[in-house]
Amino acid sequence: MKVRLTDVTLRDGSHTVRHRFTVDDVVAVTTALADAGVPVVEISHGDGLGGSSLTYGFSLVDERELLEAAAPILRERGSKLAVLLIPGIGVATDLEAAAAIGATVARVATHCTEADIAEQHIARARALGFEAVGFLMMAHMVGPKELAEQAKIHEAAGAQVVYCTDSAGALMPSTVAERISALREALHPDTIIGFHAHNNLGLGVANTIKAIEEGARHVDASTRGLGAGAGNCATEVFVAVCDKLGWETGIDVMAIANAAEDVVAPIPDRLPSIDRSSLILGWAGVYSSFLLHAQRASARYGVSEADILLELARRRVVGGQEDMILDVAIELAARQGAGA
Amino acid sequence: MRVAILGTGNIGTDLLEKLRRSDVLDVVMFAGVDPESPGLARARSYGVATSTDGVEAVLGLDPPADLVYEATSAAAHRANAPRFADAGLKALDLTPAKVGPPVVPAVSIDVAFGASNLNLTTCGGQATVPMVAAVSSAAEVEYAEIVSTVASLSAGPGTRQNIDEFTRTTASALETIGGAARGKAIIILNPADPPILMRNTVMCIVPGDADREAVAAAIARMAARVQGYVPGYRIAAGPEFDEVEGGRLKVSVFLEVTGAGDFLPPYAGNLDIMTAAAVAVGEQLAAEREPVAP
Repeated sequence: MKVRLTDVTLRDGSHTVRHRFTVDDVVAVTTALADAGVPVVEISHGDGLGGSSLTYGFSLVDERELLEAAAPILRERGSKLAVLLIPGIGVATDLEAAAAIGATVARVATHCTEADIAEQHIARARALGFEAVGFLMMAHMVGPKELAEQAKIHEAAGAQVVYCTDSAGALMPSTVAERISALREALHPDTIIGFHAHNNLGLGVANTIKAIEEGARHVDASTRGLGAGAGNCATEVFVAVCDKLGWETGIDVMAIANAAEDVVAPIPDRLPSIDRSSLILGWAGVYSSFLLHAQRASARYGVSEADILLELARRRVVGGQEDMILDVAIELAARQGAGA
Repeated sequence: MRVAILGTGNIGTDLLEKLRRSDVLDVVMFAGVDPESPGLARARSYGVATSTDGVEAVLGLDPPADLVYEATSAAAHRANAPRFADAGLKALDLTPAKVGPPVVPAVSIDVAFGASNLNLTTCGGQATVPMVAAVSSAAEVEYAEIVSTVASLSAGPGTRQNIDEFTRTTASALETIGGAARGKAIIILNPADPPILMRNTVMCIVPGDADREAVAAAIARMAARVQGYVPGYRIAAGPEFDEVEGGRLKVSVFLEVTGAGDFLPPYAGNLDIMTAAAVAVGEQLAAEREPVAP
């Protein structure tokens, strides 16, 4: 069986370094990944093209510069360059700039119930010659049937691949299986199904394996799991597991293990781990990117990080609502003050 | 002043409810194309003249309306706008067509007196531009960023299929009307059930030595001004002042907009702020036409 891996170290992993990847980081990581045989490398601000902002964090280096640095390296080695776009944050014209630089895979992400806001972007991506991928985030918040209905909207708009995206790392092998098989049943046989994991409950690799068993053929992973919350499914671990299962990823186990250890691991101040807050993200079902924002809000307003995250879960806040983290922290601080 | 409403859907009907309370605006025509529209039945029950002849009914009014509210769709308004102009009719557009200049009643009402076609920019713009303008009045705003979060149920197909228009139009209003050197707008749809109230976060970067008290006072004054025509407009938190890179200051204001619940549900503050702004523009135009005798 063949599985296509998209490495998201330089996109989801952007959260881990607070969107401060340098051109040197990108050149080193891209070279190591492509040399190891990674077929697709995604590069964007953690919150997608146009995500550089006060709300999500400003990029140290403009993502276009990072894309320009990576494009020739990937082209020479026969790997593809992918970008992420979240409608409402970035705009369709951001895709034009990415296409001009040499990106060939466009992943358009929406909350799992709002697929229709991506129709124009998916259509634009196809018109620009991209391989278009629909990305249904926070997939734990709806049942398999509703997720499949939304996937059909991305498919009808022109997406050749539709992802079940576990942004909160809240799915378990059984709930992954239900969703992937619902997508498999609802979508055209030629439409490829993808899966994106977060490791908040320690299930990143296991859930990804389960998704493939149920019919997913494209999956996301990142070296050393660099990514929001407790990070993603770790590329090097996943590749080793696939090798033992006899599944072909086209990626060399030792080369990717070396890339993860020697090139990627030294970059961030801290590597993602399943600490208390990351565990809460997965357990309560909160968008993984909220982690570091909640840490800062906790320090600024003197309220517990856990209380902030649990309150956000209670309010059923969705991806992109990072501004509500401050709002909740201010409110919790006021309540604490009133109670004191 | 004689006003006509074109479009009998949710927005047109909510607007009708608000205009009925106005002492100076008189709805002389409520026109659409759908005979089954619940809004039409409602208007008839109020004794308002109605028609299913759409734009023709508005163009055929004699004497003509002094102001036409267009609450149809962007495509319809693009088609109707030249006809209104030819007939010498002033139009206030609640669709995203952007034929004329944008107006935010609390900030830029002057533009309404000169132009024959006006638009209300976006719901996010109506909510956030006044705050940016308030900060601008007290300090130089180098960058303004807003996040508008609305209930999924309150985002119609017009918004959904052209979400880039929202971010672009709003960002541009932050600059041209709000006075920010650079603006960025983000919109998020939240499907929570029960639906969430419209939330807006406004952040401005100002010089580190900006007068915090003056900024806070300007924000409070502006909030009161918007509340004058949008009663459900509320500062939920802030202004918060944080020192950021380069010794500058970030000013953050968190807004909540509850709808008046006239025809649209109260959670749809994003739609209520549009119809409320439309009424406010009409009333200020009426006041300009007939100045109160000294």
